[in-house]
Amino acid sequence: MISFRLNKVSVAFEAEPGTPLLWVLREHFDLKGTKFGCGIGQCGACTVHVNGGAQRSCVTQVAAVEGQNVTTIEGLAPADDSLHPVQQAWLSHDVPQCGYCQAGQIMAAADFLKRFPRPSDQDIDQHISNVCRCGTYVRIRKAIHHAAQLIASES
Amino acid sequence: MSRASNTQIGRRQFLVAGAGVSGSLVLGLPFAVSLAAEPSAAQTSQQRTLGFFIEIDRTGLVTIGSNQPEIGQGVRTALPMLVAEELDIEWQNVRVTQMPLGIVKTADGFTWKYGGQGVGGSTGLTSNWEFMRQVGAQARAQLMLAAAQRWNVPVAQCGTRPGYVVHQGGQRELSYAELVGSAALLQLPEQSAPLKAATDYRIIGKPRHSIDNRDVVTGKAVYGIDSTIPGVHYAAIARSPILNGRVKSFDDKQVLKMPGVVQVLRIEGPKPGEWYRILADGVAVVANSTWAALQARDALRIEWSESPNASDSSEAFWQENRRMLKGKGQVVLDDGDVDAALSNAETHVVHQYQVPFVSHAPLEPQNCIVHVKENSAHVIAPTQMPSGASRAVAAVTGIARENIFVEMTKVGGGFGRRLSNDYVAEAAMISKQSGLPIKLQWSREDDIRNDFYRPAGLHEMRAGLDAQGRVVAWSQRLASASKYFRRPNMPDEDLWKAELYIDDFPRRRIENVRMEYFHNRIGLPRGSWRAPAHTANAFVVQSFIDEIAHDTGQDPLQLRLELLGKAEPLEYSNHGGPTFNPGRLSKLLTFVAEKIDYGRARKKGSGVGLAAHFTFGGYAAHAIEVSVSQSGELQIERIVAAIDCGLAVNPQSVKAQLEGGTIDGISTALGLEITVKDGQVQQSNFHDYPLMRIEQVPARFEAHILPYDDMPTGVGEMGIPSAAPALTNAIFAASGQRIRTLPIKDQLKKARRA
Repeated sequence: MISFRLNKVSVAFEAEPGTPLLWVLREHFDLKGTKFGCGIGQCGACTVHVNGGAQRSCVTQVAAVEGQNVTTIEGLAPADDSLHPVQQAWLSHDVPQCGYCQAGQIMAAADFLKRFPRPSDQDIDQHISNVCRCGTYVRIRKAIHHAAQLIASES
Repeated sequence: MSRASNTQIGRRQFLVAGAGVSGSLVLGLPFAVSLAAEPSAAQTSQQRTLGFFIEIDRTGLVTIGSNQPEIGQGVRTALPMLVAEELDIEWQNVRVTQMPLGIVKTADGFTWKYGGQGVGGSTGLTSNWEFMRQVGAQARAQLMLAAAQRWNVPVAQCGTRPGYVVHQGGQRELSYAELVGSAALLQLPEQSAPLKAATDYRIIGKPRHSIDNRDVVTGKAVYGIDSTIPGVHYAAIARSPILNGRVKSFDDKQVLKMPGVVQVLRIEGPKPGEWYRILADGVAVVANSTWAALQARDALRIEWSESPNASDSSEAFWQENRRMLKGKGQVVLDDGDVDAALSNAETHVVHQYQVPFVSHAPLEPQNCIVHVKENSAHVIAPTQMPSGASRAVAAVTGIARENIFVEMTKVGGGFGRRLSNDYVAEAAMISKQSGLPIKLQWSREDDIRNDFYRPAGLHEMRAGLDAQGRVVAWSQRLASASKYFRRPNMPDEDLWKAELYIDDFPRRRIENVRMEYFHNRIGLPRGSWRAPAHTANAFVVQSFIDEIAHDTGQDPLQLRLELLGKAEPLEYSNHGGPTFNPGRLSKLLTFVAEKIDYGRARKKGSGVGLAAHFTFGGYAAHAIEVSVSQSGELQIERIVAAIDCGLAVNPQSVKAQLEGGTIDGISTALGLEITVKDGQVQQSNFHDYPLMRIEQVPARFEAHILPYDDMPTGVGEMGIPSAAPALTNAIFAASGQRIRTLPIKDQLKKARRA
């Protein structure tokens, strides 16, 4: 039995401890915003937060999150009908095309902005490595800068 | 302008669309209800439906059905915009729902219930342009008729404002929500309703954000991979690693003992030479979770038989292309007298260009749900071609197509990959054999190693110039692996048609033009990859013009403009015709050149490249500025892209497609290539098939729309073809190094080390 906190709720999972967190989230907890893209931690479509830090859930064994706080895209916003500033910025810039990678992009950006509250373009280049097959990178960059402003003005 | 004939086409599609129920657009309504009756409180949503596409609720919210697959190209927003415009409602009151596949069996075979469904060739918007506006206009006419009956006045005295029918300029009005119940009972008027003049548009042409994006950013959007059905079991397939290999034997004893594993099944692939219903022979595992299925699949012990392609290799393929080009191929275009013009020419320019095989790699790996029952089937598929999904399931199960229900989901990228429904056929095979509702999941490795790859080819370009530096002869000789490989009823002499579009520029701008084709063989499956052969041909032609200019001391922009000539419609018989106007490319080229300050002298190591191309009816140009360091480090400094798509229905989404297409073109040119060794694809995942990341995309990136007229073209593929040659032309301007082989990879660094 593996116990952890998932989007602020205590949960338990009983199965192979080696199962990737990604598949546990998607098929056991029915949280399907976290996406499968590559299975080897390359593309970032599966990015979630573990104790607030971005992590690729396709290469994170569920046993590794025992006792930890896991947040998925479904739990990123402070309340059900509200949006996190990164989500707001993503909407303002109409970032998604097919949209498949975007939950992972948003989770990566939300963690990145905690570490780089006023990022330069170089910071983004060095620390945002999620793949977008549709090529929405131009808007992702703008939305990250915009989200930084939203976060700064909130606090 | 051919509007009249287009309207007729639209009208015909509309009637077909309505033919499902007694020739009218009224869907499943009780006939006893009086036309004048007030909508009753018990009305179901179906009773508030106008035709198949529009439902209006009591608060005035309008749900519009989108009949096309959404693969990221924006049709789920753009098509409802067309309906909303003519229906005359406020855009913020629009909700969109995905419609399933609608086919109706008739004496002459199957016909469409909701209009043609399927997205490819950038036709989603253009083929629905008249139709969807008619859907909105007809519904508006029904609402006006209902109001006129209620008021007992001639309908000619009625008009609309957004969401309301108005009597004689505002004396009285009724909301659509109040009228829809009785309007739904009216017969479709005989005449098609008049459409708005472009000058009256309130919604078309105004930037609108994608209708799905709030669901996307909150993780609620449902893709194929997120779908499920009751009793679902999960499946994965071990496919032959060798092209055309077959299962000789397999041992599933250990695998059947693994936790969660339910069944192991043999999946029969096509024999060598047969058409690809599915891509490969293999063994499937059915389990109680995706992870269990993938794990067990990897643990299968399979012995594969010999394959006729076991020794296929990229090395041999390119060697053969080079050998072929030394001989004589199939002449597929021969304008004027190329030989005479070449022998009279003052100068010859000859270069070869190599374009690799590439994979589609949509970010959502292939997946599909199929439940094959006794006489029916249920399919939930991320697909570009839902009718193909229906055909695939019918073919592998024998179930009649009218009993196969195909639902479409949001699709995590198409790029042409999901024109093929091989993964749907696989899921149907597994469901049929196991008797279970099946969700098939591919891994990324499955996807990269099993694809309908974009064809690779070697192009030999030759130009003859007269004493004044004018190009008087042009020849393109291509040795390639055609996309039409293994298509049914495809004679060898037609294989070139997928790779050379004879009416492409510079035909009809140079008197003597010849195209020659050589069909090379390799066992890789091939298919349509976003803007198919335009990607290769634009790279080759736009690189070659640049080389002609540099080799003969001319300015690349001036030479391009001279070759394009004056603005006039030229005959164009390939997809995207019937005409091609080179003046529209000249305008775009001049525009991007000015924006990037083309004439300004750059410092050493920096340079600008240009390119422009006509793709499937739309026009695009790129100007790219790069720097190349002493050690061969490439930096893309700035990108200016411009598109002329006629009327931009949703400028927001047009720009998105131009940005994304540009990045797709550059990403592919920079690092993507599928190679084969010992009959096996050598790449497997994003570590060795490295899609571009944000660090390579410059912050200075502009996307511009140059409007042309009031007819839209598609936009999904136009942004790609000219991006790669603009980049490689820029690399030449910056470094003097000409890239003639894609991908670019480490060629610049290697040249510095040499």
